[in-house]
Amino acid sequence: MEKLVLDEKIIKDLLPQKFGRAGKIWVAVLVAICLVGAYAYYRQLRYGLIVTSMRDYVSWGIYISNFVFFVAISLVGSLITAVFRLAGVKWGSPLTRIAEIIAVAAIIFASLIIIVDMGSPERFYNLFIHGRIQSPIIWDVIVITTYFFISLLLLYYPLLPDIQILLRFKAGTNKKLYAFYNYIGSFWKNTPEQIKLSEKAINILCIAIIPVAFTIHTVTSWLFATTYRPGWDSTNFGAYFIAGAFLVGAGAVVVAMYVFRKAYHLENYITENHFEKMGRILVLLAMLYLYFNINEFLTPFFKMKESESEYLNGLFSGNFAPLFWFAILTGMIIPTIILLFKKGRKPLPVFIAGIMVVVGAWFKRYLIVTPTLLHPFLPMHDVPESYHHYFPSWEEWAITMGSLAGALLIVTILARIFPIIPIQETITEQHETTE
Amino acid sequence: MNQENNSRRDFLLTGLLIAGAATGCTTPQKDPFESGAEEQAVASGKKVKLLSVDGEIIEVDEAFLKPVPHLPPVTNTEARIGIPGKKFVMVIDLSRCKNLKKCQSACNHAHELNPGENWIKVEPMQEAAHTAPYWEPTTCMHCDEPPCVKVCPVDATFKRQDGLVLIDSDRCIGCRFCMAACPYSARVFNWGEPQIPAAIAAQPYSCETSIPQKKGTVSKCDFCADMTREGMLPHCVSACPNGVFAFGDMNEDSVTNGAETFRFSDLIRDKAGYRLMEDLGTKPSVYYLPPAARNFPFEAGLENDKLQNK
Repeated sequence: MEKLVLDEKIIKDLLPQKFGRAGKIWVAVLVAICLVGAYAYYRQLRYGLIVTSMRDYVSWGIYISNFVFFVAISLVGSLITAVFRLAGVKWGSPLTRIAEIIAVAAIIFASLIIIVDMGSPERFYNLFIHGRIQSPIIWDVIVITTYFFISLLLLYYPLLPDIQILLRFKAGTNKKLYAFYNYIGSFWKNTPEQIKLSEKAINILCIAIIPVAFTIHTVTSWLFATTYRPGWDSTNFGAYFIAGAFLVGAGAVVVAMYVFRKAYHLENYITENHFEKMGRILVLLAMLYLYFNINEFLTPFFKMKESESEYLNGLFSGNFAPLFWFAILTGMIIPTIILLFKKGRKPLPVFIAGIMVVVGAWFKRYLIVTPTLLHPFLPMHDVPESYHHYFPSWEEWAITMGSLAGALLIVTILARIFPIIPIQETITEQHETTE
Repeated sequence: MNQENNSRRDFLLTGLLIAGAATGCTTPQKDPFESGAEEQAVASGKKVKLLSVDGEIIEVDEAFLKPVPHLPPVTNTEARIGIPGKKFVMVIDLSRCKNLKKCQSACNHAHELNPGENWIKVEPMQEAAHTAPYWEPTTCMHCDEPPCVKVCPVDATFKRQDGLVLIDSDRCIGCRFCMAACPYSARVFNWGEPQIPAAIAAQPYSCETSIPQKKGTVSKCDFCADMTREGMLPHCVSACPNGVFAFGDMNEDSVTNGAETFRFSDLIRDKAGYRLMEDLGTKPSVYYLPPAARNFPFEAGLENDKLQNK
């Protein structure tokens, strides 16, 4: 009897809730940013990429750095869900859905932003009818598509028992939403066979997603590393990108954990202990990424090859130095310092460290793309003055912000219609601990 | 294929018969390109003497003369194959360049490029602080191991058997991976709608003329593939008054700048020819002769440089 009461309480706590005032404002702001982005994209479609500040030398700008950022963040789905599950880490289970939702939202916008970057997006289908398997872009198309579907399934399968609960408790709240739950999950009856099958499927997906996740970000790094350019021509790039991706993904998860905990009063489910443990993971990942950064910059700095010196000096002490050191400090060093202390692993400082990691990571991606392109092998000459610099136009900012808002909107909507913490899993674990 | 060749030959014959006197002789009111213009023509009685292909002098009524449009460019499928037996090569003699940029303006004019876009760039180069500066014209290097072709996801840029690297603008998706991959910064993107005369913009795109350029696609020097197919020199070669550029066929071992013809292997041996960024392994088809024993001082080119580079 007591057990049932407890179950009811868990369900009541964790059922998705209607947006409050703050929620509505949040959604309205996100939609507004998306609309501005959509208008900017309309202008870009109409006039061409001329509305951006990209020109022949800086031919990739913040769209591409934003793309790398999204791919990086999406890796978190595989980290939290698959790695924790396979390693038998129990405490991570309340975080798996948050991670998967972020992964799905990010990978959707990674795909969209790459289409936005295309000069002739109406010919997107050429990738399928004339695709050359030798091109790293085609590798990226293949693995991103694969990763998207695995992530979607990894979100969907563990959701099935919860949908059954939703169907039981949410009858009559919203007809359309109910019909949607019914459509995607009514076949689930919680039978032992179904549970066994689902467990098996999730295990297979967890194993499958790890190599795919490594591949999406390694291939993304190869878009740069397969060229000759100073700053990109590096064998370190794959590992460097993966380390950075795990870091920013974990950073995004702690930010989301904190926000959801506050917004939905989930203090009993996302506990201080979770922040303590995620803080430890974050500090490990920040130091790992710092290691790869040192590896990436110290050896070329030591040699100072003529072809790279201008580029390196630009980063260390030139035009890009403020941004470069900001990204290193904010993205890695300060979060490491905060999180090394036990007091630093309380929810609020972890949240702040998470925000620093995510912001630092975004600028880090910008620094990976742009400075290299401003240092070609041959001098920049016989081109208009504007080709010598790059600062994104308002259209580029609007589209980039729109894509970030869009990803947040997907996260918000998914959190509105599905329980952000797996209900069935929480109940099962509750039963295990009380017994 | 065969039939097409025949019809082109016929076309050529008639073209030669009447092309010579064409421009001056047509009645100005009628558009001679209009279909049916020939049928409408009425004998004027005024005869013109012409030389036939067989070397005979023939007389033709003036009214039946009509101008012949340019040879139709080959189809884009043919353009992908290239000219059998050829291996095009360019030699740029740095000792002769004084940054006149005639190559550039001829190229820009021939390819209808927009202001600010240059497929040929003439760069002031200086290897080290105490070495002498010189002017270096750069074109597409038409590499034998082209990094741009390697990375293209849709086979829009391709390598032909005669060595040329060309672009199919009808296929290009505008991802600009080729621009990132090219170490010579040879590629130019159409960021906006190209400003070209409507009549030219309406033509179907040809990989060999690279005309008309299209919004959201990439472009670059094409070694004037349409000219070379007709046995003529690329525009930059004939436009340079100083004979900086020599163009030819590696298989024939000869290159020419129009006025002088050289044995390619001798030229490269005697003047210590080299290629740019040999260490990258791109194997360019453009060779450079070092700026030794210069015809002009470097400073001679500075004034001209200010027009485009402030």
